[in-house]
Amino acid sequence: MSDKTLPGATSRREFLAGLTAAGGMIASGQAEALTPTPVLDPTRVQGAATSAVGARSPHEALTRLQPPAYKGSISLTPLEGLHGTVTPADLHFERHHGGVPQIDPAQHELLIHGMVDKPLKFSLSELKRFPSVTRTCFIECSGNLYTRATEKSTPQMLCGLTSQSEWTGVALSTLLREVGVKPGASWFLAEGSDAAVLARSIPLAKAWDDALVVYAQNGEAIRPEQGYPMRLLLPGWEGNTNVKWLRRLELSDAPFMTREETSKYTDPLKDDTARLFSVVMDARSVITSPTFPQVLEKGWQEIRGLAWSGRGRIEKVEVSVDGGKKWQTANLQGPVLAKAHTRFTLPWKWDGQPAEISSRATDETGYVQPTMRQLIDVRGPGSQPYHLNSIMSWIVQGDGQVLYSAEPWI
Amino acid sequence: MFRYSFIIFMAIANLALAETAPSEPFGLGRPVSPGEIATWDIDVRPDGRGLPAGMGSVQQGAQTYAQKCAFCHGENGVEGPFDVLVGRLPNDAFPFAREPGTVKTIGNYWPYATTVFDYINRAMPFNAPGSLTADEVYALVAYLLHQNDIVPADTVLSAGNLAGITMPASHRFVPDDRRGGSEVR
Repeated sequence: MSDKTLPGATSRREFLAGLTAAGGMIASGQAEALTPTPVLDPTRVQGAATSAVGARSPHEALTRLQPPAYKGSISLTPLEGLHGTVTPADLHFERHHGGVPQIDPAQHELLIHGMVDKPLKFSLSELKRFPSVTRTCFIECSGNLYTRATEKSTPQMLCGLTSQSEWTGVALSTLLREVGVKPGASWFLAEGSDAAVLARSIPLAKAWDDALVVYAQNGEAIRPEQGYPMRLLLPGWEGNTNVKWLRRLELSDAPFMTREETSKYTDPLKDDTARLFSVVMDARSVITSPTFPQVLEKGWQEIRGLAWSGRGRIEKVEVSVDGGKKWQTANLQGPVLAKAHTRFTLPWKWDGQPAEISSRATDETGYVQPTMRQLIDVRGPGSQPYHLNSIMSWIVQGDGQVLYSAEPWI
Repeated sequence: MFRYSFIIFMAIANLALAETAPSEPFGLGRPVSPGEIATWDIDVRPDGRGLPAGMGSVQQGAQTYAQKCAFCHGENGVEGPFDVLVGRLPNDAFPFAREPGTVKTIGNYWPYATTVFDYINRAMPFNAPGSLTADEVYALVAYLLHQNDIVPADTVLSAGNLAGITMPASHRFVPDDRRGGSEVR
């Protein structure tokens, strides 16, 4: 917004001054130069003119959480501040292994080679000429559970490494028909154009099933943090395999055994082995309200949350308000999409007594979200930090304060 | 008669369409020469495919490590602050799931020696990724494998012998057996 607004409208400068007076965010000398504007009756003044690019209301302040310990390589989505199922692109979680590269889309090309008849390089504009496909699905980092939580942890801190977008691009199967796949090819390497040159081996069956090379997110070009100008999208698979800044696909008769898929994204088991290529995200749910730091008042609440499964649709979400003794079936907001965040809700009248609220997802394969104890019993206490999709619970104290039930992992 | 002929004609036309439409290439994309592919094709596979020409010794690797790696991974590869690279467990045990906090290293966890080459070559050092020569990468792999007691001190690595090295944890990895359904795995 410029200062040339319609008569009577609050300019950005004046608005900021009002915020400044309240928050004391700017040095006093600067603040004195700007006079706070009293709140006007919006029906008595003309509003602001149009703008080239919209912005959030200055009253809204959702941000990604960037834990300092991860030195700028992880940011988490504010799940508890969002509604419905789509994540605004600028609040999509990030996990980078070599930072966000600066890429000129006019220079960027995607190479497909290896066990193909005709190796080809595709520019972004050529990719956009192929038949387009749009799909809404989640991307979740397989490290998505903060196991050193406290009772003052928020959903964002605990479980904010999942986000959902409407993605648009071209089916990878379309590109593979263009290059021609040689008999015997069974895997492909996907490689990014970042400083990590991040690479993962993917079974070729996923390419024929539902893999996409996408260039758009929520209707506009993919954000740099999500892989601009193009990324691999493997619906339902762990975030790391959805290679961002995609520059190369190499078809092969065997996996390449990159560092990410051997030394990192593998899951030790208690029989002294480790799972390799454990790529599908199992079903889970997370309550987004009520959660810390909310303080409840007696009466009607809506328990809200998200549920999703990398194996298909969410069949059912159950909610307990008594620490898991009794479970009620929550409402699912349609449409319920496969491999997608699904919003669940349940009306609840809080009577002022202490309560413990939990949610449990079931997907269309019949898989029921496990407890942390079940996961530890099956895999062992050291089977960390990937694919920890256990049931999460929140304590409502008698005074209305909501706290995370910080069950220690082990 | 005409009607039947027309129906048969349309059926044949539809068959032809069904056969040609999906297999017709869109004609997009630019053909690339083997030389152009080679500049991007940096991956190294467990069987050694992709290893470049060059060689490096444990001694050379020790020097390069001290200059370019030690400030992140520690003087001996065990001090950090970033990933610990060196360490074996007694009897090459693999107790990671049973004993929380067991630190994963190249010596006790990485299943393939080729992965060490591939990763250093593509992404290290963190402050200058992709800057190492093939000789430097071979030497660093030799040094790190020697520090992990996997190869002797006089080892010189090259495309001829790197893929033949068996890592202590090579037999520990199993396919994912999770399948959905009622069983938690």
